[in-house]
Amino acid sequence: MKIMVAIKRVIDYAVKIRVKPDKSGVVTQNVKMSMNPFCEIALEEALRIRESGLASEVVAVTMGPSQCLDTLRTGLAMGADRGIHVDSTSALHPLHVAKILRNLVQIEKPSLIILGKQAIDDDCNQTGQMVAGLLNWPQGTFASKVSPSSNHPGFKNQAFAPTMWWGFPKDKSNMSQIGKKEYTHGTMKSLIGVVLDKEKEEVTVDREVDDGIETVQLKLPAVITTDLRLNQPRYATLPNIMKAKSKPIKKFTPQELNVEIKSDLEIVEVTEPPKRKAGVMVSSVDELIEKLKNEAKVI
Amino acid sequence: MHFKRSDFKIIKNYIAEIGDDDVSYVLSTFTITYIRVEKEHGSEIVTNQLHFNHCFLFFTMLKFCSIFSKSKSKNLFLLRSRTKSTSRSQSSPAAYTFSRRIFPYSKHSSLLARVSISRVPPSRSFATDSEARDSIEYDVVVVGAGPAGLSAAIRLKQLCHQKGADLSVCVVEKGAEVGAHIISGNVFEPRALDELLPQWKQEEAPINTPVSSDKFWFLTKNRAISLPSPFHNKGNYVISLSQLVRWLGAKAEELGVEIYPGFAASEILYDANNKVIGIGTNDMGIAKDGSKKENFQRGVEVKGRITLLAEGCRGSLSEKIIGRYNLREKGGAEHQTYALGIKEVWEIDERKHQPGAVLHTLGWPLDHKTYGGSFLYHMKDNQISIGFVVALNYQNPFMNPYEEFQKFKHHPAIRQYLEGGTVIQYGARTLNEGGFQSIPYPVFPGGAIIGCSAGFLNVPKIKGTHTAMKSGMLAAEVTFGVLNEGLDMDMYWKALRNSWIWDELYKARNYRPAFEYGLIPGLALSGLEHYLLRGKHPFTLKHGKADHEATNAAQLHSPIQYPKADGVLSFDVPTSLHRSNTNHEHDQPPHLRLRDPKIPETVNLPVYAAPESRYCPARVYEYVADEHNQLKLQINAQNCLHCKACDIKDPKQNIEWTVPEGGGGPGYSVM
Repeated sequence: MKIMVAIKRVIDYAVKIRVKPDKSGVVTQNVKMSMNPFCEIALEEALRIRESGLASEVVAVTMGPSQCLDTLRTGLAMGADRGIHVDSTSALHPLHVAKILRNLVQIEKPSLIILGKQAIDDDCNQTGQMVAGLLNWPQGTFASKVSPSSNHPGFKNQAFAPTMWWGFPKDKSNMSQIGKKEYTHGTMKSLIGVVLDKEKEEVTVDREVDDGIETVQLKLPAVITTDLRLNQPRYATLPNIMKAKSKPIKKFTPQELNVEIKSDLEIVEVTEPPKRKAGVMVSSVDELIEKLKNEAKVI
Repeated sequence: MHFKRSDFKIIKNYIAEIGDDDVSYVLSTFTITYIRVEKEHGSEIVTNQLHFNHCFLFFTMLKFCSIFSKSKSKNLFLLRSRTKSTSRSQSSPAAYTFSRRIFPYSKHSSLLARVSISRVPPSRSFATDSEARDSIEYDVVVVGAGPAGLSAAIRLKQLCHQKGADLSVCVVEKGAEVGAHIISGNVFEPRALDELLPQWKQEEAPINTPVSSDKFWFLTKNRAISLPSPFHNKGNYVISLSQLVRWLGAKAEELGVEIYPGFAASEILYDANNKVIGIGTNDMGIAKDGSKKENFQRGVEVKGRITLLAEGCRGSLSEKIIGRYNLREKGGAEHQTYALGIKEVWEIDERKHQPGAVLHTLGWPLDHKTYGGSFLYHMKDNQISIGFVVALNYQNPFMNPYEEFQKFKHHPAIRQYLEGGTVIQYGARTLNEGGFQSIPYPVFPGGAIIGCSAGFLNVPKIKGTHTAMKSGMLAAEVTFGVLNEGLDMDMYWKALRNSWIWDELYKARNYRPAFEYGLIPGLALSGLEHYLLRGKHPFTLKHGKADHEATNAAQLHSPIQYPKADGVLSFDVPTSLHRSNTNHEHDQPPHLRLRDPKIPETVNLPVYAAPESRYCPARVYEYVADEHNQLKLQINAQNCLHCKACDIKDPKQNIEWTVPEGGGGPGYSVM
């Protein structure tokens, strides 16, 4: 069984972002780039599934200019088996990425696509869902493994609602034990994240949603997008980085994949958020009302 | 408080370390036997007071015999003398435990506290895990992808191509990418680069702003007095060293050098003959409490037939090597002295921007006793580098170099450039000021120290890049000889002495030490040197006290009131820190180790008013009131800029900077 993971090269999360003086975008020259953190988590999940024996191969896909190869090599160093680089210098929006992925799927034929839930540069949160739509595959988004003891707001409201438990597999014996210590049926104790059942060709995903945790069971082939608390990505070790140099990377272009990069969106202007003004101390309620009326004009 | 069996071993080890003289040995064995007899005959009744008397007697005897003996044990109670480099790594942890246990209450504990004893922290310095590490072998291992390290790597590969040899070269770098930890003024003298890569202009090195003007001002609070410029910057360029190093890294990779950023060399590997055989990288994925996290990854051993240490100023491994092999004594060198440089890169109004303009200032806001000054260089793209350098042998513990920098920016002659501009990046790093007098013997069994880790910065010129690169190239040439022709690594010392580095540093040797006598004498001598003597005098001035010893007690000075940051020209530390793109994995053991965890609250705070809370440009050290309203030291290791100021300036040398997990630290790109 093959797993395809899509990874994106973005500005490193620790870098202070600056807007270009002409307001056409963000400064990306001489700025540190690295793999999108959610994509790291997606790749880690794919590697864990492969290490538990349920998948044979993990293929990492990235799209963009030639510098993306660095990110792809990092992915290979973490443990992916093969890489695919779709070379494109134009800006790729989520719909283009989704179309390219759909066409790649027809070539590679994976049973599972895992992506990060969103990229930290555009925060779109669209690609995974679009891919599932284009392929007509089921999707399990925001896969997470939050424990009940965390401060997730949903848990306080939804303690024992029976609706949360639909789709929990009843038969334990065929279950793979990925990334969890204990599985206790029907209780809140341990959440399972992403669990694959090879025989039944199903995958069960715990999704972290606003209300709490929703568990869905998807028939393979499926699309999963990963959220922050699913796993802790591994470090790429020095020996693995050296091995990654010899792993094969296949190159494609969007034209070869019959995808036209034509955008219906045009970015008009990028500006910094307005600077926060210092707070003003008022001396009485009357002054507050007066300021709300005349200055802020909210009453 | 009793002597235990293990104490005897400790005492024996301690004696073995301090005295190799027959007399002291005999006397000490006698004392040990005496104490042992005591114990076997019921030490349970021995009280604290009796212990004290015995110990006092014991130590007095030792002291007496050390006075009469001719051995090195003369330095019994002052194991770290002023001119020697610290022998931290040599003292055993056992000796530390011994002294701490014996003398908790006596007035002699302060005496013993001066004995340099290092408690080697247990977690990461030893390979505590029984899990074996992967080992990778290369011909040459270079620690640090900076100008020196990369020049050495490039030169090695060039020699290989020329002479048809094949040597595998690996460069490990603790920053997340090559250039991430590189920060420097920088007015670049291309002398070494012309020798290394003569085609640098055609190969599009990021060196394209020649120096167009060279100004030198003496500042008072409101005025700037123009002085004749002591620099000869014609033919030099204003660059961003981080960008140049990235370019060098790309060149090195083209030649076949393997560069691994994100891997921190945390320990040196030795073989049975005390020869260095390589380095070990950090274990990754250890939590704050020392336990292994989910993504724990054991470090690897990177072994090399030759190891070159190019860690930059006050490199952590280089300091250990210098201590272990006594390289300062071997080279007849004095201690190294340092300065702290704090820098910002601004994007300014293009009408005020003059590409290639170079400005240095002296004077305000520093006083006559403090050596330091500022620089303001105009790069390209309307960017300027502005920075402030303060020598770390300042005496006033209330001095805050960061705040002096912020104050400096408000000077009318300076603010005219900055108004209307924005800060792009911020950073800080210490630099060497010891010059010629402080160069240690740079060769050790199994390798050599190159670049600022040894210390080749030319202080009057304020340039160290060209000499660092040249030292890397010389080391590479000797290394090639060692690996291919069986030469001796000691040839590196000879090569240095015969090169233009030596010449240059020899001529420049008296400028900085002259300032020990004050600002005016220093300037006077500089003038004399520059116009008349030009290094041709028979004497070599010595350095003053070591930086950490120069700090006066707080009672001799009064606190300095610094103006509040206005958010336009001057900023507070958190805002500046954010601009340095600094980040560390927060869940890891703090990489700033206290040799004695009690010293901050018992010495630094009461005696010196906590200088580390002032000189650290990243606010790593803060004293926070705990539940009992007692001020306790809080170490925000995550903020660390890897500048090493704390390792240098802490009065009791209690803070040890060790390398954190690879990939952490600042993210400089235009510094």
